[in-house]
Amino acid sequence: GANYPLYIRSTPTENELKFHYMVHTSLDVVDEKISAMGKALVDQRELYLGLLYPTEDYKVYGYVTNSKVKFVMVVDSSNTALRDNEIRSMFRKLHNSYTDVMCNPFYNPGDRIQSRFVCLGRAFDNMVTSMMIPVC
Amino acid sequence: MEAAAAAAAGGGCGSGPPPLLLSEGEQQCYSELFARCAGAAGGGPGPGPPEAARVAPGTVTAAAGPVADLFRASQLPAETLHQITELCGAKRVGYFGPTQFYIALKLIAAAQSGLPVRIESIKCELPLPRFMMSKNDGEIRFGNPAELHGTKVQIPYLTTEKNSFKRMDDEDKQQETQSPTMSPLASPPSSPPHYQRVPLSHGYSKLRSSAEQMHPAPYEARQPLVQPEGSSSGGPGTKPLRHQTSLIRSFSVERELQDNSSYLDEPWRITEEQREYYVNQFRSLQPDPSSFISGSVAKNFFTKSKLSIPELSYIWELSDADCDGALTLSEFCAAFHLIVARKNGYPLPEGLPPTLQPEYLQAAFPKPKWDCQLFDSYSESLPANQQPRDLNRMEKTSVKDTADLPVSTQDVTGDDKQALKSTVNEALPKDVSEDPATPKDSNSLKARPRSRSYSSTSIEEAMKRGEDPPTPPPRPQKTHSRASSLDLNKVFQPSVPATKSGLLPPPPALPPRPCPSQIWAIMNSVAVNICIQVVEWSEQVSEAELLPQLSRAPSQAAESSPSKKDVLYSQPPSKPIRRKFRPENQATENQEPSTVASGPASAATVKPHPTVQKQSSKQKKAIQTAIRKNKEANAVLARLNSELQQQLKEVHQERIALENQLEQLRPVTVL
Repeated sequence: GANYPLYIRSTPTENELKFHYMVHTSLDVVDEKISAMGKALVDQRELYLGLLYPTEDYKVYGYVTNSKVKFVMVVDSSNTALRDNEIRSMFRKLHNSYTDVMCNPFYNPGDRIQSRFVCLGRAFDNMVTSMMIPVC
Repeated sequence: MEAAAAAAAGGGCGSGPPPLLLSEGEQQCYSELFARCAGAAGGGPGPGPPEAARVAPGTVTAAAGPVADLFRASQLPAETLHQITELCGAKRVGYFGPTQFYIALKLIAAAQSGLPVRIESIKCELPLPRFMMSKNDGEIRFGNPAELHGTKVQIPYLTTEKNSFKRMDDEDKQQETQSPTMSPLASPPSSPPHYQRVPLSHGYSKLRSSAEQMHPAPYEARQPLVQPEGSSSGGPGTKPLRHQTSLIRSFSVERELQDNSSYLDEPWRITEEQREYYVNQFRSLQPDPSSFISGSVAKNFFTKSKLSIPELSYIWELSDADCDGALTLSEFCAAFHLIVARKNGYPLPEGLPPTLQPEYLQAAFPKPKWDCQLFDSYSESLPANQQPRDLNRMEKTSVKDTADLPVSTQDVTGDDKQALKSTVNEALPKDVSEDPATPKDSNSLKARPRSRSYSSTSIEEAMKRGEDPPTPPPRPQKTHSRASSLDLNKVFQPSVPATKSGLLPPPPALPPRPCPSQIWAIMNSVAVNICIQVVEWSEQVSEAELLPQLSRAPSQAAESSPSKKDVLYSQPPSKPIRRKFRPENQATENQEPSTVASGPASAATVKPHPTVQKQSSKQKKAIQTAIRKNKEANAVLARLNSELQQQLKEVHQERIALENQLEQLRPVTVL
């Protein structure tokens, strides 16, 4: 199916397009990892894909839900304080918030979770904000 | 108003009292005070004070009562007040015109400042007169504006105002959206259809307090909430929850309330009546109070409120505290309350207010009473019929005098009756919308010319029932005039095309469809009504005249089976006592029509009414009326047909789209 972002957010709003691009290219890596896993069991571990690929400036982490919704996180390489566990927990929080959004009967799967529909996914957005600020 | 008042003051200056120069602040204050006195004098429930005051300046006077109260509130000794009254010229002219009033106020200010009560005193600069707050509604707002604090002052005002509103019974009843504490009490049975009678409890009080004028504010608030029964704001709605049909209509767009920011969290507090109402609605969706409403059910329900999807999703986010995709009773009440608030113009809060938290709601309101009489005739299987049912009951009672549809008979047939009510309700709103002159109000429905409403109603019902498989029970002894007979023709059309199976959508839009059996029950009952009612106003229709019409009717209604028609026609002529038909008709609702297959034609021709000649002109009129009615009914049916066709097409398309989606999704899951 189409790979369009349901939600995308970056802290310094400059370079946003670059992040868009990075995330998009990382989708290929995600697909690769998914197919490599084959018909893996549903497990938290398998959901977390780990470091997708490092660039000189950034590290890209991936996570995929059971319904093939992909979370991609781009972290600055200079931020060495972030450990794998923390990344995992961040993904877990993302996943939880996402399921909360899904629980809303007014949310159509496939809708964007931000921007035009200001009222939808506010909690999701707030959660992301809370995660991003300490990181920066 | 200030201009008028100033002009009046200026105009009146020349004669009598010396010229009165008011500063701007004084002008404003005085005019407001004057308006209060004039308006309060003009009769509370009447138009607001400003309207009264805007009458030609010269003719406005403040009644002695409020003025006296006001003056007493100034806490000046009585003798001083007498002096003031004399000086200002009111005693002389005999009334408190604007001029006199302003002079009096100025003298009061002078007296309060310690100056002697003389005309000369008012020539100098004076502070505004001060009036102590009293219980009276108007007077609380009097006094030096500087002295009035914000909310603190307004709170006692609110409470007294609410009390006073509780007392003002008829005023409240006239108003659609009355002070919240009153309205649900005033009409709980009909409150479901009149959704906006459950406004926020303190919202309107606050509105009033914050608004300049006391009286206009509630009217303002009330106007947008007027709920036209047949208004165009129908449900976007989905089929299952038809009971929201009238709910939808009542969710008309409201105007923005002013000054929301000054409100405390009172708007988010649910009153007892509101709670009861929400609980009833919950019950309509989910009989078990301790269980959940699923997301899709709630979604359908709330979508009928006509709020935008983003707003609804936001409300859901706020109210579904545990994010489980389902609403408990408390969550549901919170969501409902938020929707009501939003409909009334309140901006949605950033977070769930503390008074709407589920824990708070559970603690604040003990287990709700499920035996509310609202649910007496509600059937769980037909939740959609609730609101229409109430409305129907109202409508039925109004109709009782014409067509005695006994509620008791309806009580007998359970589902049928409920379906009847729902479809009648649907039909009625459509009638209302069709009738341009009819004010859109449930009362207006009652007032409408019965014959018209009934004939079209019957036909619509007939339409709905048309597709029911078993042959419709033609009433064995049905007397009918031409009009009713023709209606019955259409009523008993067993081969009504499938398009007519849908329910008459409510004017604005939506399609909930009772199942065919219900439709039949409805149609039968309604047809009975029509017959009876028509019979009432044309009692001496001769069978002889009937017969030609009857024979003509078959040609018009091409679809009805001739045999049935004959059966029908045979019945009317032979019925001396027509009112009894109703119970009989109800009883024979589900019987086969074949029972009545006696020699129809012969019976029809037999009885020339003795009074035929006398009644010929009357009958002609009746015939013409009937013809007209039938034409209208034809138009209605044609329109209904086209609408249903359209809906059918849409549904087909949806189905195709869904099937495509299913196909597309299938391979994906095979990962």
